[in-house]
Amino acid sequence: MTATTIPAAEHADAGHGHHYTTLGLDNRKIAIWTFIGSECMLFASLISTYLIYKGRSIKGPFPHEPWTDPVTNTVYPAILDIPVTSASTFVLLMSSFAMVLALAAVQNKELPKHTMGEKILGSSKLWLWVTCLMGTAFLGFQAFEFTAFIREGLTIRTNLFGSSFFTLTGFHGAHVAVGVCWLFSLLAIDYKRGLRPADATNVDIAALYWHFVDVIWIVIFTLVYLIK
Amino acid sequence: MALDHAAGAAGHADGHDHPTWSTYWKIAVILFVITAVEVSAFYIPAWETSWIYVPSMLTLSTIKFVLVVMYYMHLKYDHKLFRSLFTGPLIVAALTLVGLMFLFSKLSIRLGLLS
Repeated sequence: MTATTIPAAEHADAGHGHHYTTLGLDNRKIAIWTFIGSECMLFASLISTYLIYKGRSIKGPFPHEPWTDPVTNTVYPAILDIPVTSASTFVLLMSSFAMVLALAAVQNKELPKHTMGEKILGSSKLWLWVTCLMGTAFLGFQAFEFTAFIREGLTIRTNLFGSSFFTLTGFHGAHVAVGVCWLFSLLAIDYKRGLRPADATNVDIAALYWHFVDVIWIVIFTLVYLIK
Repeated sequence: MALDHAAGAAGHADGHDHPTWSTYWKIAVILFVITAVEVSAFYIPAWETSWIYVPSMLTLSTIKFVLVVMYYMHLKYDHKLFRSLFTGPLIVAALTLVGLMFLFSKLSIRLGLLS
């Protein structure tokens, strides 16, 4: 690229070493949106697999109906625990709310804060902590659910439902775990040198990833848990 | 509140406004209410067994999806290239899902591919 074609934004932010496209957009944001787009297709394939196999399991336990093992006459209840999963869904949704507040706090870090409410809203550490803890709580709910299923006789090898369910929700849980690690690293930076408005794009990228795992869960919760 | 205006004014280097704090909490309340309605519907037999249950669940889920993407992911306020980068693959993903569902359900049974 010649000097005459470099956009103004690149000059403006040259000191931070960030790269902008000829549209004046940050390369990192284009990268994360492209990544999120590819992740949409990954999760579409996993959700498709789950839906295709839905109701095709020969033996139980089943998600919504009880099942009696013809060999042992053991009765297995419907395995999905809607109240517990509803609670974890609520936690993940509210973590997205905390994440947008964390981003707004970083963007407005240098604005004066007079009232207690402004100080609370402007604390990036507080909202990052809340998001991290809620993400960790969601993983705790998932660990609880998985261990309960295994105790009740459903593993990834039991039937088609088990295979597709554990693969889909396991992949999502892995994404949440990555997100929690990412958020804790932002929190560590915030404690070490403080997140400034110049870091807003870095926080924005983490936030976009976090909201993405949230919207994927919105779809999974409805298709897997609520629709029989 | 100063921060209320600042949340939108601070925006980004690329000059796009973001929602304010009041928008964020209103969206959070709407998400909470929709989730509560969805879970309640699951426990109301008249609703859960009616033909409207699945369409209503899908509609409510779509509303939540769109709200998070538009307001929390700021897609409503960001550059249209970001919108294209997200909606393009999303449409492909949705068509793949619908296509596979069609292929492995009614069509495949009609063609005798699946029992």
